[in-house]
Amino acid sequence: MSAPRIVYNEGYLDEQTKRVVRRALLKGVAIPGFQVPFASREVPMPRGWGTGGVQVTASVIGPEDTLKVIDQGADDTTNAVSIRAFFEKVAGAASTTRTDQATIIQTRHRIPETPLVENQILVYQVPIPEPLRMLEPRETETRRLHALEEYGLMYVKLYEDIAKYGHIARTYDYPVLVNGRYVMAPSPTPSFDNPKMHQSPALQLFGAGREKRIYAIPPYTDVESLGFEDYPFEPQRFDRPCEICGSTGVYLDEIIIDDRGGAMFACSDTDYCERTAQQRTEQQSTDTKEVTA
Amino acid sequence: MNDDRPLLSVTDAGHRYGDRFGCRNVSFDLWPGEVLAVVGESGSGKSTLLGILSQRLRVDEGSIRYRTARADGSGGREGSAEELLELSTLSEREVRRLWRTDWGFVHQNAAEGLRMHVSAGGNVGEPLMANGWRHYGQIRAKAEEWLRRVEIPAERIDDTPATFSGGMRQRVQIARNLVFEPRLVFMDEPTSGLDVSVQARLLDLIRSLVAELGLAVVIVTHDLAVARLISHRTLVMKDGAVIESGLTDRVLDDPQAAYTQLLVSSILQG
Repeated sequence: MSAPRIVYNEGYLDEQTKRVVRRALLKGVAIPGFQVPFASREVPMPRGWGTGGVQVTASVIGPEDTLKVIDQGADDTTNAVSIRAFFEKVAGAASTTRTDQATIIQTRHRIPETPLVENQILVYQVPIPEPLRMLEPRETETRRLHALEEYGLMYVKLYEDIAKYGHIARTYDYPVLVNGRYVMAPSPTPSFDNPKMHQSPALQLFGAGREKRIYAIPPYTDVESLGFEDYPFEPQRFDRPCEICGSTGVYLDEIIIDDRGGAMFACSDTDYCERTAQQRTEQQSTDTKEVTA
Repeated sequence: MNDDRPLLSVTDAGHRYGDRFGCRNVSFDLWPGEVLAVVGESGSGKSTLLGILSQRLRVDEGSIRYRTARADGSGGREGSAEELLELSTLSEREVRRLWRTDWGFVHQNAAEGLRMHVSAGGNVGEPLMANGWRHYGQIRAKAEEWLRRVEIPAERIDDTPATFSGGMRQRVQIARNLVFEPRLVFMDEPTSGLDVSVQARLLDLIRSLVAELGLAVVIVTHDLAVARLISHRTLVMKDGAVIESGLTDRVLDDPQAAYTQLLVSSILQG
């Protein structure tokens, strides 16, 4: 048997790079919500496909970890499957689709419906880490605004929404104030999930590969979604249950089912949906048994 | 109020571009409620002077002192927290606080002072939000009130300045700079680039607002008619130096310096 032609370091990145990323992560944890610059490296996927998240995961993962990767809440999309396979190969980590069994969860949008617990790490893939980017294009200026805590501009965006639509129309990447100090972009996470960030027992790490920024929310940190006194933040709401598992109060995806405009609404969190549906059928079968007995 | 001390006190101030001075040896005191015009031809150092006064440019020599309180409220005499502070000793945070709460800056080109793709209401409301206002209804009411004061029709509040005429943009800019009730407003050629009738209305508006609010104003202009119309005192600049200063009527009716005489006599007499 011939030896493999290339032997990768554990977690793909070399040890020096992992140290760089870990240093940035430690600084990020020490200053919740502050964007720490880091030297983003090449990973075997294009920038914009989650390279930041992959580098963060690569720096914290080990063979004893169990990794779950979700893209739009789903475990079975191309990106999620290939990132999972990647870390199985280069880190020797186990992988799972179950939220409650994972030690590290890498996500593109959603925070799983199953509540996270201590000792879990949630890694976000972030496309645009700067919450003020669309309002102030100069990075030198936005850094100054963060440093001096001048966040009036952020409210201008919310003001414009209310003036135009009568309510704050932003439903994803909804700006939050972390630990009462830094305004932070929670990446394209739906505003539905914003309340889950507040006082979460899990460690939340954010990696933006293209933009070369890392930031973090340590466990049990205040995360407040911005709003006006008379127009407070309101998470997105769904007034119907999932059509597969019947859950209410979960984030739903609209799924087109035919070419006549038909659509169904189902959980975006596939793991949660499967398990709820399974529990329901088990419940029903025990019910039927009890009735026949 | 301690009206025994000026609001702004400038002594031999200058700013250097490389090894040449943009303006030099400028001294004057500005008192609350006073309008000071700075006139001169292009390149005479007017805008540089405005730049160092508003701390957008560094003060390379001399001193500029402004009557204010320290961020922590310390200092001051006779029970007042306010004192004349050397601007160059203030931290960036303190200077930016002055920009937010005490100073307005009206640019010649409204596009520099406004967010062109944010609605007029948002533009006027932004300084309030920067000062910690967090109640949409109150911000909106205040923005409406100010747009009315600068004669912008109420139904245009949600339109962006990009859709406004030059005169309207300038009026929105003025509203944005007065909404947080500053004590001192810097104006850099606010009326140039507008046609004569719009200029006249805008000057009329500025004059009435300044009188109403008791603002101190430093207005830079190359137009002597503007200085005549709204200022109490005038500085005449040439080649980076002040060559004449005094009450506006005195300077314009009885110019002493040769250059001022030339300026005054070059006005077309109607």
